[in-house]
Amino acid sequence: MPGPIQSLSRAAAILRLLAGGERRLGLSEVATALDLAKGTAHGILRTLQQEGFVEQDPESGKYQLGAELLRLGQSYLDVHELRARALVWADDLARAAGETVYLGVLHQQGVLIVHHVFRPDDTRQVLEVGSMQPLHSTALGKVLVAYDPVARGELGDGPYESYTLRTLTEAGDVDAECALIRERGWTDSVEETWEGVASIGALIQDRRRNPVGAVCISGPVERVCEDGFVKPSLVASVRSAARAISRDLGAGRF
Amino acid sequence: MTSTGNYIAAIDQGTTSSRCIIFGADGRIVAVDQQEHRQIFPQPGYVEHDAAEIWTRVQSVVRGALDKAGLTKDDIRAIGITNQRETTVLWDKNTGEPVHNALVWQDTRTEALCRELGRNVGQDRFRRETGLPLASYFAGPKIRWLLDNVEGLRERAEAGDILFGTMDTWVIWNLTGGVNGGKHVTDVTNASRTMLMNLKTLAWDEDIAESMGVPMAVLPEIRSSAEVYGEAVGDLAGVPVASALGDQQAALFGQTCFDEGEAKSTYGTGTFLLLNTGEKIVNSYHGLLTTVGYRIGDQAPVYALEGSIAVTGSLVQWLRDQLGIISTAAEIETLANTVEDNGGAYFVPAFSGLFAPYWRSDARGVIAGLTRYVTKGHLARAVLEATAWQTREVVDAMQKDSGVELTALKVDGGMTSNNLLMQNIADVLDVPVERPYVAETTALGAAYAAGLAVGFWNDLDTLRANWHRAAEWTPRMDEATREREYKKWLKAVERTMDWVEEEETD
Repeated sequence: MPGPIQSLSRAAAILRLLAGGERRLGLSEVATALDLAKGTAHGILRTLQQEGFVEQDPESGKYQLGAELLRLGQSYLDVHELRARALVWADDLARAAGETVYLGVLHQQGVLIVHHVFRPDDTRQVLEVGSMQPLHSTALGKVLVAYDPVARGELGDGPYESYTLRTLTEAGDVDAECALIRERGWTDSVEETWEGVASIGALIQDRRRNPVGAVCISGPVERVCEDGFVKPSLVASVRSAARAISRDLGAGRF
Repeated sequence: MTSTGNYIAAIDQGTTSSRCIIFGADGRIVAVDQQEHRQIFPQPGYVEHDAAEIWTRVQSVVRGALDKAGLTKDDIRAIGITNQRETTVLWDKNTGEPVHNALVWQDTRTEALCRELGRNVGQDRFRRETGLPLASYFAGPKIRWLLDNVEGLRERAEAGDILFGTMDTWVIWNLTGGVNGGKHVTDVTNASRTMLMNLKTLAWDEDIAESMGVPMAVLPEIRSSAEVYGEAVGDLAGVPVASALGDQQAALFGQTCFDEGEAKSTYGTGTFLLLNTGEKIVNSYHGLLTTVGYRIGDQAPVYALEGSIAVTGSLVQWLRDQLGIISTAAEIETLANTVEDNGGAYFVPAFSGLFAPYWRSDARGVIAGLTRYVTKGHLARAVLEATAWQTREVVDAMQKDSGVELTALKVDGGMTSNNLLMQNIADVLDVPVERPYVAETTALGAAYAAGLAVGFWNDLDTLRANWHRAAEWTPRMDEATREREYKKWLKAVERTMDWVEEEETD
């Protein structure tokens, strides 16, 4: 294993130095404090500045910590914030698809349902916010496993619990499916968890393209599928909702 | 010209922002654009908006929404307006320039004036005619304040150079041409918040206007909520401007509460419950307001009882901005979920007094029941519960006044994304709480009214068929807990009263 990379260590030392006091520091102060050549300190500061970790005061020329560091510290997206941002799009998806919509996030070894929109048929339905779904057999879960390494880690090596004849129980099968999900950008789960139920899911990303959750529609196989496959029009609706929510979270157009 | 467009545009001129939302025939949202405007606080109790800035924002969001939807004005069949109510602007009809910042509904500078206007009768001096108590929210006394305090304004007003408007009037006047023939109109719902309109005749009450010192010449023409007032100029040139509804009435309409006994509650910065009382003008003996719900063209007007809660969402914002214990409004739920209950704490946010059913401007906020045990999680709970209990108090008052038993509550507004709060409301009301698909019921109501006016939608049944339940919270609290907690809440409310001394409020 190679040793530490010297310039990274020095960059870390500069950040610590700038974080240490409230005052801004000039180039020579930084160089002196860390016993660096001025040119070396300047090169590192400029790189940090380009990445947004350091800002230079235009008047005094002194350096201070940049906004990007703050953003890194707040990378965790509150699930209630996710729900608030997704509300309009999830409603719209349920109406366009005529099916139930769920939003889920990774929670321990499963998917936590953080938002649920009823099927628009005004029948009696029970709110499922707060319930859990399995990772390996649901559309929400498989999307998270495909894109979020942490979710893949939580899933473990199997074998996984079998709910129906179509549940994938082997890690190899799940991983192969995840490769396919990453390739086409969405997933389905047809009777893999519940007999007679089919779902289509897609990924929600934040502004740094981190996977923060998944959105899916869920309904009876007879309505969601046609000729043995999920309907392309429903896939399109789910994907466009996922993109819209991601955009609202600050992700670029994709 | 005849518009053939397949969409309706709604302009929602709100307290903190202006929005334009474009709707399709099935009531689905096609595009939204939104811009905030400045909140101006010249001194404690004063809240102002720059009406010229608001008009700039409105124009900008109309363009923005059209762009986002990829539509042109030819696609828009009609424009509907909904607006923050009571906020008062006076402007020069020759220049189109506001003579002063608009006085926002929350502005309390007219409190002393309202007491003075009450003379020996008190708060209810004009209630029989207008349905409203003398309180600082309503437009009439705000007009009077401006006339008294802006140099030379009364003379200009009496000479007929000054126009008054709530935000509907201001937007419609500008939208239909401004100094070049803009229509100076308001609708019955907005007019019913001025304290100058007689609820029965739906006309300006000249006696009240005289008592209040408001010259008739400044007042706009009162029209129905759904009819073509005129055609737009500018970006939407030629499109009929076909509805105006105060925001809360628009939400009642958007929630399709068309039948007597149907009620909605909008959870935003403040919260507003409206109960449709049909063609009956129900007088309130429990501190509610009687108001016009809507009037479609020349049909009979539909009345409503209204109960408002001053501080709900803004309490969450206060926690975020003033205390800094959460970083986004949505985080209140995360924080509240860290504990099981309120830990004995009750938070009565009477920041600028208590609204319905108390109407006590001398009250100020309290946090009661504090012990060493209470954490910020408990306070977050207490914050959410405050909204639920205040809803309960208003619902109780409505049932007493109208005799109608509520069977379900239709909710909308930003706070409906707060699951814990919605469950809490179902628990304390002991009725199901229902959220429809389009949370934007305010804009939807304005769009519905405009669409009805131009024949885009045929009738109320067509609109009702667009309403679907997107979520429902059913009560889970047992009766004993509910009663015990309600008693505690009422004790906390008592502790807010008699805080501000008479001379302090002057």
